[in-house]
Amino acid sequence: MKRHLISAADLTRDDAVHILDTAEEMARVGDRTVKKLPALRGRTVCNLFFEDSTRTRISFEAAEKRLSADVINFAAKGSSVSKGESLKDTAQTLAAMGVDAVVIRHSASGAPYRLATSGWIDAPVINAGDGTHQHPTQALLDAFTMRRRLIGPDAGLGQDLTGKHVTIVGDVLHSRVARSNVDLLHTLGAHVTLVAPPTLLPVGVETWPCEVSYDLDSALPKADAVMMLRVQRERMNAAFFPTEREYSRRYGLDGDRMAKMPDHAIVMHPGPMVRGMEITAEVADSERCTVTEQVANGVFTRMAVLYLLLGGKTDGGTANGGTTHERTPGE
Amino acid sequence: MSKTLIRGARVLGGEPQDVLIDGAVVAAVGTGLDAEGVDTVVEADGKVLLPGLVDLHTHLREPGREDSETVLTGTRAAAKGGYTQVFAMANTFPVADTAGVVEQVYRLGQEHGYCDVQPIGAVTVGLEGEKLAELGAMHESAAGVTVFSDDGKCVHDAVIMRRALEYVKAFGGVVAQHAQEPRLTEGAQMNEGVVSAELGLGGWPAVAEESIIARDVLLAEHVGSRVHICHLSTAGSVEIVRWAKSRGIDVTAEVTPHHLLLTDEMVRSYNPVYKVNPPLRTERDVMALREALADGTIDIVATDHAPHPHEDKDCEWAAAAMGMVGLETALSVVQETMVETGLLDWAGVADRMSAAPARIGRAKGHGRPVAVGEPANLTLVDTAYRGGVDPAGFASRSRNTPYEGRELPGRVTHTWLRGKATYSDGKLA
Repeated sequence: MKRHLISAADLTRDDAVHILDTAEEMARVGDRTVKKLPALRGRTVCNLFFEDSTRTRISFEAAEKRLSADVINFAAKGSSVSKGESLKDTAQTLAAMGVDAVVIRHSASGAPYRLATSGWIDAPVINAGDGTHQHPTQALLDAFTMRRRLIGPDAGLGQDLTGKHVTIVGDVLHSRVARSNVDLLHTLGAHVTLVAPPTLLPVGVETWPCEVSYDLDSALPKADAVMMLRVQRERMNAAFFPTEREYSRRYGLDGDRMAKMPDHAIVMHPGPMVRGMEITAEVADSERCTVTEQVANGVFTRMAVLYLLLGGKTDGGTANGGTTHERTPGE
Repeated sequence: MSKTLIRGARVLGGEPQDVLIDGAVVAAVGTGLDAEGVDTVVEADGKVLLPGLVDLHTHLREPGREDSETVLTGTRAAAKGGYTQVFAMANTFPVADTAGVVEQVYRLGQEHGYCDVQPIGAVTVGLEGEKLAELGAMHESAAGVTVFSDDGKCVHDAVIMRRALEYVKAFGGVVAQHAQEPRLTEGAQMNEGVVSAELGLGGWPAVAEESIIARDVLLAEHVGSRVHICHLSTAGSVEIVRWAKSRGIDVTAEVTPHHLLLTDEMVRSYNPVYKVNPPLRTERDVMALREALADGTIDIVATDHAPHPHEDKDCEWAAAAMGMVGLETALSVVQETMVETGLLDWAGVADRMSAAPARIGRAKGHGRPVAVGEPANLTLVDTAYRGGVDPAGFASRSRNTPYEGRELPGRVTHTWLRGKATYSDGKLA
């Protein structure tokens, strides 16, 4: 594994399977009465959040605490950042206090990459979501959830997602979750289909290692997992789609559409859900919907990432520097 | 009156000749010229002698952003880069939209004496795109403005653009358009395409440039005016300008050195040194731009020298300023992309970087042939040199170059402004 986790595209198949297997071990610890491991005792992890986030920050914090790390939470609001301090100065201030790893969430695409590669700090950097670029731990927890549900907790060990069909639906254009999932799922051997109105797909998507469709109904019967992305209501003001109702009719997942999916197929959502928009309450509350499971799995997956970057053994990998942002071309 | 003899220079890349400068003019061109009575002899040893370069697109930042560049530091950078005249863009603070501001910039250039500074006037008051600035007053001022531009912003209102094109006809002016449809580029961070899709950076689509160019060449045709297109960056823009010229429309166009060399693949580093407006495009665009510069569809190379303080680039991409310095590397990049590729010879470079920009800007005494009786505005280039770009050695106050550490061919060794050496053997006057 590389020294930082910036993009899901930085992970090899073996890296990713190793993380998922490690997450499975963490999940087993989570079943115990005492959930805490001493792995990162004496290490300090800083959660550097320049963008509002509740669930991701809490998830990282839970993961860090279960590994016995000391945790510093830094939120941009009310901090020196709102007084005009630069990312560089903020990072160096924290580095001077001796943090062993930085988990960063930033509204600017590429901010974690800059932090990791500009020589501002030495600590490993974990991207907790940057702009519309990447959210690699989300993709890992999604892959973990799929592997557990579609293959099984034990049977899945050492396995990737070869042959599984995953349909990702919604605002791909503005979604870091979609980008990270396309990268990681491709690496793990899954077939990905993106479904969205053409306005919510980026120019250039045709080069991604996935299929693209404008029609949700035709993509459902072969799906093993359908991942619904949040669609912000404000998007319709910028003419990405005419109305909320029309979006919902064409691209929302309701009970009738869910019935077109194979019986074993699951419905996923990174949260927060906009009920009535991309997903109906009937679907969101159904047995097939893994939203809360994804949240639980997020903690195990992030524990695995922190453990492997900070304390664990990396199989045959020595630490190396920056990431390259080279993506495997689509077939 | 001092005399300088340049011995054995390849004038416009031709056979070695001697060139005698007497005072402010070229007094003799020939072989075996007598050195008697000459104050300075420069052994050119086969270096290439060009007319002093003219940059139609420079940001000198004074007044207002003297932390990034001043007229003094910018013209020193220009002299070092082989330029004898620069056209200073209007987006200063205050904006160069009145006779007072353009005269101030003009006079600063005169006082410092490194390079003639010809201010460009804003088209609209405050670059706001709503109300014409006093174009006539700027033209009649001591600065004698003939080029008008809201560069940095597009004159997006079609009626304002039409009026500006018409109005400047009265005194032979030209509007230089920064072609950027504003609505299509809201939140734009880089070229829209494969790379922006992966990096999650807001796209600046080629069509936002091309649609404005198409509109403006048609407007120029309709009202019988000339129009100049700043920093053309896409293959589609080239096609439109080519079509317009074939129709007889009076359009000229410029390309920057960086758009001749760099592509949006560089943005994968998220290093804001590559952040520029218009953005770096694709390999296909780069090749189309080179070809268009070679065949004359694009008339000139202009630097769009855009200095920024270090902190405005030492940050995350979205927070960074757009632009890169270019005066001190322009000729090297043109040598690499146009001369060494066989697309242009040195006479062609002299045209695209001196004669043609001077003609478009109606500059007097610049862009002239290297011939007896002409003003001695000259640049001597060691074309055999190769070396890494070291920003620490820049004369510019800013260091935001995309070429740091990159090996580029050629370096200017001497620049003469009306016979006076502004730069010689690595030293500014």
